[in-house]
Amino acid sequence: MDPFCWSGAMKGLQSPAKEKEHRYVMGETLIQKIMARASGKAAVTPGEIVTCAVDLAMILDSGGPRKIWPRLEQLGVGIYDNEKVIVVADHFVPAADPQSAAILKLTREFVKKFDIKHFYDMEGICHVVMAENGHLQPGMFCCGGDSHSTMGGAFGCYMAGFGAIEMSGVVVTGDIWSVVPETIKVDWSGAFGEGVAAKDIMLFLARELGMENAFKVVEYGGDTIRNMSMMERMVLTNMAAELGAETGLIAPDETTLEAIRAGGTEPAADALEWRSDDDATFCAEHNFDARTLVPQVAAPHKPSNSGPAEDFEKDKIHVDQAYIGACVGAKLTDLHMVASVLKGRQVKSGTRLMVAPSSKKIMREAAADGTLATITEAGGMILPSGCGACAGLGAGIIADGEVCISSTNRNFQGRMGSNDSFVYLGSPYTVAAAAVAGEIVDPRGMLS
Amino acid sequence: MSAVTGKTWVFGDEINSDVMAPGIYFKEPMDVMASHCLEAIDPSFASNVKPGDIIVAGRAFGVGSAREQAALSFAHLNVGAILAKSYARIFYRNMLNFGVPALIFPQADEINARDEVTVDAIAGTIENKTTGKNYAVSPIPEHLMEMISLGGLMPFLKKKIDAGELKTGAMPK
Repeated sequence: MDPFCWSGAMKGLQSPAKEKEHRYVMGETLIQKIMARASGKAAVTPGEIVTCAVDLAMILDSGGPRKIWPRLEQLGVGIYDNEKVIVVADHFVPAADPQSAAILKLTREFVKKFDIKHFYDMEGICHVVMAENGHLQPGMFCCGGDSHSTMGGAFGCYMAGFGAIEMSGVVVTGDIWSVVPETIKVDWSGAFGEGVAAKDIMLFLARELGMENAFKVVEYGGDTIRNMSMMERMVLTNMAAELGAETGLIAPDETTLEAIRAGGTEPAADALEWRSDDDATFCAEHNFDARTLVPQVAAPHKPSNSGPAEDFEKDKIHVDQAYIGACVGAKLTDLHMVASVLKGRQVKSGTRLMVAPSSKKIMREAAADGTLATITEAGGMILPSGCGACAGLGAGIIADGEVCISSTNRNFQGRMGSNDSFVYLGSPYTVAAAAVAGEIVDPRGMLS
Repeated sequence: MSAVTGKTWVFGDEINSDVMAPGIYFKEPMDVMASHCLEAIDPSFASNVKPGDIIVAGRAFGVGSAREQAALSFAHLNVGAILAKSYARIFYRNMLNFGVPALIFPQADEINARDEVTVDAIAGTIENKTTGKNYAVSPIPEHLMEMISLGGLMPFLKKKIDAGELKTGAMPK
């Protein structure tokens, strides 16, 4: 793969044409269709620079109001649309110190001042909350102030992450420039073996495709993905960020439409038309067999540093902390995986298990169906729903020399606390199995 | 924006935005945040970098989190320019939005730490005064030239607003 192909594409290109162009383009990818609509053009081609109208701009307590409000004051303007700018408080929740409390207070004041219509205050992690509340529809063009905004792509819409400085611009102008990305198609076929999950696909892909797919989209397909629930699909698009991609996409189907309806929104009539054409051109195509995939673990300090979990057993890596959390790794399906390992077992003495469900809704559902009881009976501790220890922000950060295995998406040096700590990544099955064994093991031995 | 000259700081591949701006300092003011920039891989960097110094790096510079503090730390430390083999997408956009030139520089391996280098981001030229080598690189993308030359996204938006070219909501009373 040419790491510079996007850079060439960015040279010598004209500004977006204001008039609607009529071009006959065969075989468009899903991202081309989305960006054509958002930029008001009949068609766009990869490499073209376009200005897209933003259907939804999601900002957060961390890089949202506290960064954006002073800039609005500096510019002397307000926001482009109080229906389309959505605010979520999820990074510093619940407040654990006076600074966090002040940031959350400012976030609430911003919502009041700018009359924000959709505010989720301590309801859970933004990407999951967007999905739970019917905000995402196939074909939409959405921006989020967090790198894992890619998660929304599971709904067949463009949703990508941007820094607070860029989101400051978006909430003012309601649009953003983009280079129309090429698409890497990744198809999976066959059913998972026991103890294998969507997370294992992503730890495998981080190794296979690397973390350097900037300004490209990864579109997932194949019967393995078609048979996944939305929560599992969202793992794939969430961790498109770990591939360095612009975003991840999954074409919508009935499962998508059901999830939109469950969020209280009626899907648009044309929802299922948002898909890549059969003769679309992809810059790379990969086919993998899910039947041969085994549980994966990423060693410190990057997600691409991965291999089969069974290969780690011989090193007898003692685990101080097992963490189930973040947008990617503590949804209801994830908590069910944890419970399936923990049922009738105990967390090993000398190892601590912490579980921070991705949202309050998930917390309620896991309480109602007995999942939380299984976790706490095994010795696990339940933490509040929020970004928390995944990003070194909340309860559960780790000290010098400590080892954590985590169901989160990133294990860069120092991310979960001390610069001299060690974070391994695994699926919820693998993290739960490590909590029981007190060291990193292949979880399949605890499922059959 | 004119050319900048400074000493180089050289880093490897896949330097991520968590080490540029560690999450545990998120709630601190920007000067505290910037003082921890890259400390996990070079504890001397933030205290010894001088205004105008040039960062040279390998592939996927800035990979990971969208945190603007990663880019803002370099701006805060008055780094003159960044030359990397390639960039992570969000970090690249953040750098340019803060008005710090980030150029794609495939020959990054030819630069040594503490070389004296002059970078002209508009012309797309790099001169290594220590080794005497000159390079031509892709300049800043054309559609972003005006923004960079004005100093970043905020001055650019301010200019458009003052010129009446941008329609948006009013600041509520």
